[in-house]
Amino acid sequence: MNMNLFLLAVDWPFLIEKAVLISAIIGISLVIAMYETYAERKVAGWIQDRRGPNRAGPFGILQPLADGIKLFMKEEIIPNTSNKMLFILGPGLAMLTAMMTSAVIPWGGNVEIAGRSVSLQVADINIGILFVFGVVSMGVYGIMIGGWASNNKFSLMAALRGASQVISYELPMGLSLISLLMLTGSLSLRTIVEQQMDGWYNVLWQPLGFFIFLVCAFAECNRTPFDLPEAESELNFGYHQEYSSMKLGFFLFAEYINMFISSVIMATLFFGGYDIPFVNDRSLAEAWGGNAVALLQIASLLLKTFFFIFVFMWVRWTIPRFRYDQLMNLGWKKLIPLSLANMIITAVVILWLKK
Amino acid sequence: MQLTNRSQAVDRRPMNFMERLYVPAIAKGMAITLRHLFKKKPTINYPEVTREFSPVFRGLHVLNRDEQGRERCTACGLCAVACPAEAITMEAAERLPGEENLYREEKYAARYEINMLRCIFCGLCEEACPKDAIYLSETFAPANYQRKGFVYGKDELLIPNPVTDPEGYAKARGPQGKK
Repeated sequence: MNMNLFLLAVDWPFLIEKAVLISAIIGISLVIAMYETYAERKVAGWIQDRRGPNRAGPFGILQPLADGIKLFMKEEIIPNTSNKMLFILGPGLAMLTAMMTSAVIPWGGNVEIAGRSVSLQVADINIGILFVFGVVSMGVYGIMIGGWASNNKFSLMAALRGASQVISYELPMGLSLISLLMLTGSLSLRTIVEQQMDGWYNVLWQPLGFFIFLVCAFAECNRTPFDLPEAESELNFGYHQEYSSMKLGFFLFAEYINMFISSVIMATLFFGGYDIPFVNDRSLAEAWGGNAVALLQIASLLLKTFFFIFVFMWVRWTIPRFRYDQLMNLGWKKLIPLSLANMIITAVVILWLKK
Repeated sequence: MQLTNRSQAVDRRPMNFMERLYVPAIAKGMAITLRHLFKKKPTINYPEVTREFSPVFRGLHVLNRDEQGRERCTACGLCAVACPAEAITMEAAERLPGEENLYREEKYAARYEINMLRCIFCGLCEEACPKDAIYLSETFAPANYQRKGFVYGKDELLIPNPVTDPEGYAKARGPQGKK
């Protein structure tokens, strides 16, 4: 009897709605990460005057599938001297943290399904950005645990490099965000997007903040020019070195998902998120109906995201890797003072305008 | 000694402020890569598209036949003499009565071998031949696992019979249709 009452009390449509939304978002991020690998190889090819993969299927669009099958078929090797539990935990953690961030991102406005207004956001928590930061900084554990558990000097060096790099670059990233948060006055990502829908995009008020955020995002995702933890030419692929088969695949995949998520966050924080540019979304929603506009909003967010993903790749195939001391100099001696200055100037201007 | 006036002394001065910013140089580099993104790619999609040979390309040898499908070669040995790489060997034989539809002259090559590993594809054999019996086609020797696989005998070199197999003959002659 009690059990039945409990089951009645559960808001089933809400649970189903969230479950569907979560699986859709995870599915979409996985597919996008898959095709990021394809896009990366294509962009690399084009930039180097090659054609990129074009053998598997028309224009090579089945290439990520072939890569995935190859990774699955590879022999799974766990080194004898490694710490087995941690060795398996490493890539799992990297993947988990990469996927968790997508929970607080607003993917679009509300959709009407069977009389219910469904929000296209898994959780609109009022500390959205803080959550993202917390989860992203956990991502470094994947690298560290993986590198430590491999019991290999190269892997360990890479893990140390990765840890110190991610921690150093989180500081200017957070500082550049503080100046943005002083403008918005809210940590909730949906509120930040809704503010931008009515006014200008945040990038116009915070160009320097955006630039610092972009540079730090490269570093956080371990992408060139900050891919020192991987460093195939000096550290033999760093913390990936002892990994094979799908555990390696998880590490690589987590990097691409991270890239996708950080692109989404950049689009959300600085480029209006799911707002359709040059159009008033609310009047459009009245004219066309909410669902059509919500779809357009998702498309607009994804377009902005894809642009940033392209920038990630563009930069990767343009700039060589930083030396380690250059990396640390840039992080501590340039980006942190710069973001502090940005923060102070923003604060002064806001106070002066309010007076 | 100065060979060209293009050489520049390496600038070892410490980087100035603009250079230490990295950003202008990075923007310059990214403009270059963006330009390359839209450039025409020189790659030829090989199995679907093949690169066109020049009209003077010299590939694998073909032993020719005349219009009635008779072998033109008389095993005179001039090609072997002309060959700077000594890649050609042959054995002559006399045409027997009743073989007039196979060989044009009274003497023919019973064995005719070219070692494609020795051959330098100079085309001197083609020039030396008084009977137009050998010419260099537009194909090249495919890969092989064994050295002896590169010694081409009559079965590989002889062009298909234009009377019984006109299609194969046309294909072997190639688009340029050397005589």
